[in-house]
Amino acid sequence: MKKHLWAIILGFLTTTLSAQPALEKQIQTQLILAEDGDTIRLPEGKITLSNTLSLDAKKNITIRGAGQEKTILSFKNQTQGAEGMKVTNAQNIVLENFTIEDAKGDIIKTQMVQGLTFQNITARWTGKPKASNGSYALYPVQCQNVRIERCTAIGASDAGIYVGQSDSVWVTRCMAKNNVAGIEIENTTNAWVWKNQAFDNTGGVLVFDLPGLPKKRGGHVKVYDNLITRNNYRNFAPKGNIVGEVPPGTGVMILATNDVEVYNNKIWDNKTISTAIVSYYITEIPIKDKDYIPYPSAIFIHDNIYSTGKRMPTWKNKLGFIFWWKFGKKVPHIIYDGIQNPDWLNADGTVKSPYRICLRDNVNGSFANIHADKIGLFKGKISRDTQPHNCEF
Amino acid sequence: MTANNKFHFEYPCKRALSLIPMGMLGLLIALGSGFSYTHPSTGPKLKLSDYPFFIGTLSALSPAPNVFEYEVNAPLFSDYAEKKRFIYLPEGKQFSWQPARAFDFPTGAVIIKNFYYWNDAARPEKGRRILETRLLLKEDSGWKALEYVWDDAQSDAFLDVAGAHLPVSWQAANGKKMSVEYVTPNLNQCKGCHSYDGQFEPIGITARQLNRTENGENQLLKWNQSGRLQLPEGFDINAIPALFDYRSIQNPEKETSENLNMAARGYLDANCAHCHNPHGPASTSGMFLGVDEVNMERLGVGKPPVAAGRGSGNRKYGIVPGKPGESILYFRMESDDPGIRMPELGRQLAHQEGLEIIKNWIRRM
Repeated sequence: MKKHLWAIILGFLTTTLSAQPALEKQIQTQLILAEDGDTIRLPEGKITLSNTLSLDAKKNITIRGAGQEKTILSFKNQTQGAEGMKVTNAQNIVLENFTIEDAKGDIIKTQMVQGLTFQNITARWTGKPKASNGSYALYPVQCQNVRIERCTAIGASDAGIYVGQSDSVWVTRCMAKNNVAGIEIENTTNAWVWKNQAFDNTGGVLVFDLPGLPKKRGGHVKVYDNLITRNNYRNFAPKGNIVGEVPPGTGVMILATNDVEVYNNKIWDNKTISTAIVSYYITEIPIKDKDYIPYPSAIFIHDNIYSTGKRMPTWKNKLGFIFWWKFGKKVPHIIYDGIQNPDWLNADGTVKSPYRICLRDNVNGSFANIHADKIGLFKGKISRDTQPHNCEF
Repeated sequence: MTANNKFHFEYPCKRALSLIPMGMLGLLIALGSGFSYTHPSTGPKLKLSDYPFFIGTLSALSPAPNVFEYEVNAPLFSDYAEKKRFIYLPEGKQFSWQPARAFDFPTGAVIIKNFYYWNDAARPEKGRRILETRLLLKEDSGWKALEYVWDDAQSDAFLDVAGAHLPVSWQAANGKKMSVEYVTPNLNQCKGCHSYDGQFEPIGITARQLNRTENGENQLLKWNQSGRLQLPEGFDINAIPALFDYRSIQNPEKETSENLNMAARGYLDANCAHCHNPHGPASTSGMFLGVDEVNMERLGVGKPPVAAGRGSGNRKYGIVPGKPGESILYFRMESDDPGIRMPELGRQLAHQEGLEIIKNWIRRM
């Protein structure tokens, strides 16, 4: 009997050990041979992989797991490839119902995909968040018609859900935690971000336009009905990355983009800045892209609820320190850096209406313009006057 | 692991049946339908010997009459593997010159690239081990890639779509014992590099790579004379560019700045620019490493990273003139971590000779 048991255990071990590379090869083979309309089912269980799973130049393919906690693709022992999963040059792709974790680079990168759905996916780095985690958990770039729904992103050393250089994007009912940036919309147009929860990140929701990229201009972004709370996690981004500039304790940050509406959000307990509207100049990184517009414009922040109570801005970040220096524990919830494009001013010094920063009906929406433009960050005269911003889009 | 398996496509199926628990049965059935696609009469050929490319013993790689060898100026580094490259043209067909992009090929043409290691690089008579043969086939609809992995006996190479791991060891020319877990690409990964605006395209078959003179004979002119290559009216070989062969740099520290610059730009063009160009997969980065790039920021000088993540290695810029140690470009070329290293695919080892060139080039900027 005992002998028998050993044989079973040994048999089981051999099966597990040798089946995994075979299974990896089998899944990859299916992805390569998939034909129009195919559904590729990932089996239940924890599958360890050594190489990126890739899907290229396909139409109408679904990759479906047995459930978020049932199918777990682990890249802990990855030796090849910079992503966990990569989908490129494709149309109408659905990724759903699985967990994918611990890739050496990004967890799921999709590039040049038109019609893309991520749903019920958990993409995470296990263990304590650290700089050696990959950059992005869910990373659509140069994609069109993207829907990210009911997904979870944890532990990214850059952004949990990062949409870059894309168009027509929905991010909804997702959860992002313990990332440097929870949700980031970058150089992306027509993005709606609603009913998500971003908490315990360094920054909750970021909407950025950055220089030097093929897709120059983002914008037309709505961020609403989200819970953006307690984003006070230390910034663990490797240096050199723009999100490394985000102060711990940031709720929403809008950087150098245009036509962004932020409304009906609960923006609570973010200790440094609940909502920042800033130009790229605040990063003090030289700009060499001549076509780049480093100023935010047409921003409308309204009907958000900000948490009350004393907060303590971080000292571990230049911006955070400045806020502490200027405001102590009473940092206003909405901060505008006041760095303006001279071309957008009327003769009387007011901002031309298409470029205004508008604020209205925010609960506890205390405001300051720190006028960081001419005299430097520490010397700027703070203005709390909301009258120039009493407008709407 | 799989190189000695004749009908490679069936391999996962058969093995899986015996090893994978019953819960997987549905998956296997789903797989079954996929495999009919690979039937020899309709799909790709299962063995390299099924193609009319070589005569005599296959592993000698002796080209058949419609097959001819070519050589590039600046090769891509592939874990120190040697390469033997051929072009197959259908009877009576020609390929034709393009100024900047890949040359045009007729339907039916095949580009054949064999990867091998000398057992002892100082003594080729001790033999070699061929690991893989990659084919780019020109079809009516465009280019298609196929991958064949050699068996241990070197008798033939077998179709392998999903990639194989092949431990290999050899002795380098300087006597150093080397080894690597060599990885062949899966078919999707081919396009990770071979992509121009999302379409498959050859990389090395360009004017700047093939404009090469050896033993007093220029490849392009030779093929033109033999009727294989069509050149434009008034073609002047002296007016077209050629990548500098970086292998000719023995001691980068003592090289002239002009040669060093040409070697570095040739190296980056061959090893990076297939992705890092405005039409390639790395267009998202805004960093373009083609030999023609004149904008220093796009080349990386003073350029902050976009989505490098930990690939930045806590460095702020792609290239910091004078300081290779502070340059992300150098850091990623030096790394063997899959989440950091560049290129992303096709190497496990760092290319020491290439690194020396890039290091000295950045130092002297």
